[in-house]
Amino acid sequence: MSQNLEQSGNPPILSVTDLNLYYGTAHALKNVNLDMARHQVTAFIGPSGCGKSTLLRCFNRMNDLVESARIDGSILFNGAEVNDSSTDVISLRRRIGMVFQQSNPFPKSIYENIVYGLRIAGVDDKATLDEAVERSLKSAAIWNEVKDRLNDSALGLSGGQAQRICIARAIAVNPEIILMDEPCSALDPISTLKIEELIEELKSKYTIVIVTHNMQQAARVSDVTAFFYLGELIEAGGTRKIFTNPEKKQTEDYITGRFG
Amino acid sequence: MKKFWNTGEPYVLATGAALAIILVMSLTLVGTVMTNGLGYFWPRALVKLELKDGSFALGQITGHESNPISGVRRIQLKVGNRDVLGQDFRWIDEKDIVSSSEPADAVLLERREHGNYFGFLTGVTGEGQNLTAASPYEKLQQGLKLVADKLDDGSKIKGQMSQLNNSAERYRLKLLKLEYSGAEKNSAAISELTAAREKTLTEFTRLNEQATATQAGIGQITAQFSDVTGGAKDISLVDIVALQRPNSMSFFAKCGAYLERVRELLLDDPRESNTEGGLFPAIFGTVMMVLLMSIFSLPFGVIAAIYLREYARDNLLTRMVRIAVNNLAGVPSIVYGVFGLGFFVYGIGGSIDSLFFPERLPTPTFGTGGILWSSLTLALLTVPVVIVATEESLASIPKGIREGSLALGATKFQTLTRNLLPMATPGIMTGLILSMARAAGEVAPLMIIGVVKLAPTLPFDMNFPFFHMDRKFMHLGFHIYDVGFQSPNVEAAKPMVYVTTMLLLAIVIVASSSAIYLRNRMRSKYTTSTF
Repeated sequence: MSQNLEQSGNPPILSVTDLNLYYGTAHALKNVNLDMARHQVTAFIGPSGCGKSTLLRCFNRMNDLVESARIDGSILFNGAEVNDSSTDVISLRRRIGMVFQQSNPFPKSIYENIVYGLRIAGVDDKATLDEAVERSLKSAAIWNEVKDRLNDSALGLSGGQAQRICIARAIAVNPEIILMDEPCSALDPISTLKIEELIEELKSKYTIVIVTHNMQQAARVSDVTAFFYLGELIEAGGTRKIFTNPEKKQTEDYITGRFG
Repeated sequence: MKKFWNTGEPYVLATGAALAIILVMSLTLVGTVMTNGLGYFWPRALVKLELKDGSFALGQITGHESNPISGVRRIQLKVGNRDVLGQDFRWIDEKDIVSSSEPADAVLLERREHGNYFGFLTGVTGEGQNLTAASPYEKLQQGLKLVADKLDDGSKIKGQMSQLNNSAERYRLKLLKLEYSGAEKNSAAISELTAAREKTLTEFTRLNEQATATQAGIGQITAQFSDVTGGAKDISLVDIVALQRPNSMSFFAKCGAYLERVRELLLDDPRESNTEGGLFPAIFGTVMMVLLMSIFSLPFGVIAAIYLREYARDNLLTRMVRIAVNNLAGVPSIVYGVFGLGFFVYGIGGSIDSLFFPERLPTPTFGTGGILWSSLTLALLTVPVVIVATEESLASIPKGIREGSLALGATKFQTLTRNLLPMATPGIMTGLILSMARAAGEVAPLMIIGVVKLAPTLPFDMNFPFFHMDRKFMHLGFHIYDVGFQSPNVEAAKPMVYVTTMLLLAIVIVASSSAIYLRNRMRSKYTTSTF
């Protein structure tokens, strides 16, 4: 069931081959094969419980935190195996950032939130940190809103601002990929719009994989869309093609709202 | 009617009533303690009673009640003069009283021995002393001041003497140690040390003579008193702690006397088998023991909880450990005391003695109850509270914080130290508050591992190494038991029990409030919002 993504000329940055994942005895991902191209936005869509978030969390090994999870198959990140026990998870997570469904700013100042990734990597030079804060807040399109209160607690921000702070925090360590797990599901339409515009801008520098419940959002922001159903990858391809002329009946039914 | 029950109002009323009952009970307890404790120091009038049989009685009225057998109203009179009358208190039926008056010149003496003396001053004799005041009362005050100054000088010299004594003892122990390891080869060092010790002892003798000289003569100043029964009494001024004429004191003078008594309570040593005087050693012992206990139990409990919650896999063993920890909090405290005695005192303490202090044996150094072992035992007793509180607060941190930190490339340890622990601190502080309150009030285990009725020295002084962890100490909780139930003069000790209880409550409240203040500051800093 390998899906070739003809529209992308460059080699894939992430390449999933025959991936199976079990939570105890539950088979959560079944033989998934998928390539993701550099500097593109890939959207995972599908009904709840279809395994799209699970797959996303495989990329930066967040499933390690789930004791019952067992994975086989291969995920290549720039040609290196992610699931290998010798893989340095710390540096992997530094190169593959993640933004969560629920914005999760740390109970620290905005400044300390942004530099968290750098500080734990051992960077303590004030000038470097200042520069990183300005750069990532500007990239996350929130610089103008918070530049005067960098030392205020990040807990005082609105939901949309907090989510953009989380994006800025992920950007600050200069990752290659940013994984977004339903980043807008807890946000109002205006904040959602801001995040979507942001994704559009970030595409030039980062590869983005986004899980979304919202098909319109997938259609608006992504270049490639993958449709999952019950742990299987049903269909993946150019977003326009998936939304206008899907190959599989299930995809068409889901997109036209007949189920899901 | 059914509708009434369905509104839920009755249940609200029931919750309110439950709270009210608890409040009333606590307020009654605290109120009883406060009224009895706070009133103790107020200078009461000395009442002179003329009785039907023609005799007189002088004292302070401490209670009214009806005789449980005959039903006759009677008063309890504190008559003092234990050495003359044999008893401090006397019951007098109200019908036997012919008249009562408050003579302005009635004198109350607090003495170092035999309790208070109530009577009338007749004269002061001080040979060779320069007592110039006109009236006997002023003369007595002047004499007391003179005596106090001299005693003060004496105690300064005694401080130096105690230091000399201390270093002489250290020389002696060093000598013993050297002799054990071979008197032949260490002969040079031994003679050197012996000389140094001799010098110290000579200095000690000289100071001792000086102290005796300073205080020479003050024992000769005496005051003559007569009591209400007509008996005369000669009292040396050295034996007088305080002098009052409560019947002729103004309100402000009484306030001053009250404050002076409070100062004495907080800062002085106890007298008369603890029923009089101050509580300073007990306050100091309690506070130091609780602080030491916190120093031991807090890090231990937090580290154990971190392992249980963050690192241990969730399997049968972990669950059993968790149950065991929770149940440990329910073990009777005396069991901890027995364990502390066997494990800390005899086990560890005994080994320390035979390894490091063989020259002092058979006198134990650490192999006997002391403040270190008491705090360790209480730390053991309270560590489950800290563990449970820490675990709960770690568990209540939203998953997003952990994931967010790990997803940025933080290790588990970095996540813990930079995010989880700061966020868990308010919960940890709650555990600490509970454990401190429990430790401050615990008496049973302490009775067998280090608390004594009267400790000759504090566990802290100016002699190296300053904190003497091996020393026995006094404790307010034990003081309550001792004064209230072990003292030969229970009636006289009763107010002291209330005062001690009040102080213990105050210490717990002060410790808890400061911890609560810290916790609230942290909580406002680390509160997480849901969005």
